[in-house]
Amino acid sequence: MRKQISLLLLLIVAAGFALCLAGAPFGAEGARESRRLVKDNVNYGRRYVSKGLDENRCANIVTSVVLNYRGFDTLGEVTILFIAALGLGAVLYGRRAGASPDEAQRPSLILSTGCRLLFPLIMLVGIYIFIHGHLSPGGGFQGGAVIASGFLLICLGCRKKKLNSVALGAAESLSGLAFVLLALIGLAVGGSFLLNFLPTGKVYALFSGGIIPLIYIAIGVKVGSELSGIIDNLSGEVR
Amino acid sequence: MNFLTSYIHYVGCFALVLIGLYVALVKSNLIKVIIGINLIDTGVNLFLVATGYLGGGTAPIFSKAAEQSQEMVDPVPQALVLTAIVIGVSVLALALALAIKVYDHNGTLDLRKLKGLKW
Repeated sequence: MRKQISLLLLLIVAAGFALCLAGAPFGAEGARESRRLVKDNVNYGRRYVSKGLDENRCANIVTSVVLNYRGFDTLGEVTILFIAALGLGAVLYGRRAGASPDEAQRPSLILSTGCRLLFPLIMLVGIYIFIHGHLSPGGGFQGGAVIASGFLLICLGCRKKKLNSVALGAAESLSGLAFVLLALIGLAVGGSFLLNFLPTGKVYALFSGGIIPLIYIAIGVKVGSELSGIIDNLSGEVR
Repeated sequence: MNFLTSYIHYVGCFALVLIGLYVALVKSNLIKVIIGINLIDTGVNLFLVATGYLGGGTAPIFSKAAEQSQEMVDPVPQALVLTAIVIGVSVLALALALAIKVYDHNGTLDLRKLKGLKW
């Protein structure tokens, strides 16, 4: 009964999608439409692709859009991640532990040695991804997620080790503060929030793009420590 | 057939949304419902990326090999999806935390056995 009703509802939803999107130009037709919009100077994607390299000296246009043209949006996104981590901590605060770490099986020598061997390599890959976010695919969010996966490995593989939540909180707060301070320096120097006030340098060099790599490093540290904090909270340790 | 070959990514992402909706409606395990909601999220992200695609376009990243800007896909939906993925992860984490709390409180994740949800 429940399945039939759900399938009926799905049919209605699918018909609604089809009706909504039947008139929209997609595919080749959509591309032609977007070329028409280029001529009218209202297609922002085309504009960012054609002018972004000269304006920001940042090879990755997605990074340029995320941190420069829509930097305020990214500040809001980082705030949402922070609030979700805070809410998770508040929901799980003072929880009884189901199985304490002593009862869980001790990791074997191979497992714990392998974890210790892999952890610095994962950190290196994560830091590489967010430092080179303006040159290659990747960036602060992706690199932060890779770093958090390293902490997840420690949580799963070496049960004796606990994450230092005070240090995680400090890293998170300081990097968030660094983002806002960089944005406010732009406001003080040139009169607009998140202004790219540093010299932009040469394209394709590591030191290029002005404040974009600095903000991405701050975001990488923030996302990495925040997701590690979420993993630490979810792993069921009592504090 | 011609329709399928040119619109396969749109068909795929709406199929993903509908599968996610079905899972969220039918399954009684709370973890599976959360997985269904995450599938809807993935389908919507895929749809947003697909709208910015141009036939034969490359990723919007300049390199010394590809300096021409004509055949690049639209970077704006990609930037928006980057935002949406992060928000999806935080919503997923919060939902899992609430599921842990529900399990602590009731000793079960089966939605049919949760008395507080009945009216």
